[in-house]
Amino acid sequence: MTGTSPVRPVSRRGLLTGGALAVGGAVAGGATIAATRAGQSGPPAASAADATLAATVGGLVEPFHGTRQAGVATEPQAHAAFVAFTLRAGTDRAALGRMLRLLTDDAARLTRGQPALADTEAELGLLPARLTVTFGFGPGLYRAAGVDDRRPTSVADLPSFRVDRLQPAWSGGDLLVQICADDAITVAHAQRVLIKDSRPFATVRWVQQGFRRSPGVEPGGHTQRNLFGQLDGTANPRPGTPLDTALWVPDGPAWLRDSTTVVVRRISMNMETWDLLGRADRELAVGRRLDTGAPLTGTAEHDEPDFAATDADGLTVIPDFSHLTRAHVTDDRLKILRRPYNYDGAPTADGHADSGLIFASYQADIARQFLPIQRRLADRDLLNEWTTPIGSAVFAIPPGCPPDGWIGQQVLG
Amino acid sequence: MRTTSPLGPRRSATVLAAAILALGVAGCGSSDSSSAAQPSPSASASANPDAGVIGIRDPWVKAADKGMTAAFGTLVNEGDSDVTLTSATTPLSPMELHEMAMKDGKMVMRQKQGGIVIKAKGTHALEPGGDHLMLMNLTKPVQAGDEVTFTLTFADGRTQQFRAVAKPFTGAQESYAPGHGEPMPGMSATPGMSMSPAS
Repeated sequence: MTGTSPVRPVSRRGLLTGGALAVGGAVAGGATIAATRAGQSGPPAASAADATLAATVGGLVEPFHGTRQAGVATEPQAHAAFVAFTLRAGTDRAALGRMLRLLTDDAARLTRGQPALADTEAELGLLPARLTVTFGFGPGLYRAAGVDDRRPTSVADLPSFRVDRLQPAWSGGDLLVQICADDAITVAHAQRVLIKDSRPFATVRWVQQGFRRSPGVEPGGHTQRNLFGQLDGTANPRPGTPLDTALWVPDGPAWLRDSTTVVVRRISMNMETWDLLGRADRELAVGRRLDTGAPLTGTAEHDEPDFAATDADGLTVIPDFSHLTRAHVTDDRLKILRRPYNYDGAPTADGHADSGLIFASYQADIARQFLPIQRRLADRDLLNEWTTPIGSAVFAIPPGCPPDGWIGQQVLG
Repeated sequence: MRTTSPLGPRRSATVLAAAILALGVAGCGSSDSSSAAQPSPSASASANPDAGVIGIRDPWVKAADKGMTAAFGTLVNEGDSDVTLTSATTPLSPMELHEMAMKDGKMVMRQKQGGIVIKAKGTHALEPGGDHLMLMNLTKPVQAGDEVTFTLTFADGRTQQFRAVAKPFTGAQESYAPGHGEPMPGMSATPGMSMSPAS
């Protein structure tokens, strides 16, 4: 095969089937109900109620294509799998291009409720349930591709922190595939498809699966609760300009503009020692009320904390060792987007929990936004008494791609 | 395994990207060679639909380092008359049109006699466990993510090209061991299995 391969104009006659066009068209704007594919076999719907639920949850589509990748600013789905890969020796720039074209195609199809190409479980691809697939590039990917000059400067191994007890089994990675959907089977199927197509190029380094509240369980827009019972993410930048400012690189070369970064840390939460605390102590550790999430100086979740307020003894109402105090940031340029998922492994024989948080922090610049907060927390956050970071990884999230492109094209093309 | 792609590096990334995304998004790989003696796409599409425009929906080929492999997809005949596919060729390997059939109580692979007929206004699936385009002996590895160009020849002498992306795929064992082969360790040979690639 030579460079003079046969001319292949993209023939309009190739756009043969109305079905393919209808599916493509349905993706155009916002989250939409995936078109019902006439002719798909299957038993008749059991009831109207079932059909309604499927239409409102299972059929929802989050657009895959765009200038920025989905799955970051996207309202968090109920289930997530973070899959980190180690590139095989010899997976170079050209191989990465082939790999990411395959994975992009898988993601584009599955997110619109279409089976992947050569999908061996095609029926599992029909309910996207707001599926997003987000790709992240670790430092090793840029090295393997010989494009380290395109790596965002802050995407590098984090400094070690006093509180870290990192395990290799949960740390690092050359490529991240973050899969989120409002249905666990959809996530499992997408994970299977994407891993299968990755196998010639990479090995699985770690997988972290997590969950939040299921859709319909509580009204939208709620801050998620972690397994300590705390509201988690109250201080996230608000949608719109504040969020955009915190998340997206606004300018620069094509491989940086509209990119962001993610830090994925596995935080083990010691349910046993947490159990020893009374409710008042738990609230002091966080600086917020457990029921409403309000700062201890306020009454509603989004009240501004008053760090100067003192009690009858002259102590600050919100202790300066509280998580709220240590993490507090007011400038949108310095904020991070927390989009965490809970994990809950099997307890030990003694009944001790294996619970925690897949802490996923998104920001335009790790050094500017994440690191200062993390340093303050590591130095003096009382919550450290009951939480332990056991995994850590950093990835650039490159820009999105148009329908005729592939994720990574600006970096690897 | 990690050798350089026989197809990718020497072809411009732009062309590859455009081609593969056309496959992925539109689910099609049909095209006519502009140099071959045949109607131009526009002419045959508009003026002469009965000429038998064949679309290839969701084409793919099973990645393989050597030996046999196979290409799949759905042939779509928009025309008003049946079309018979009589042969397929690729620069990478000699090819045959194959079918799976029950013989003496087991599924065997054999050449499809009389070619593959795509009914008027109909489709014909090429899929693991069914009819497929067989690559008999690869001269170069087909790596995952590569694109392979195929030329189809029809009973009336017309030809048509399409490209198929190579997918890692452990099924379709019949392609490797027709009739008597052993499946890969840990895999079950399921010659009768069928799938619906991207409906």
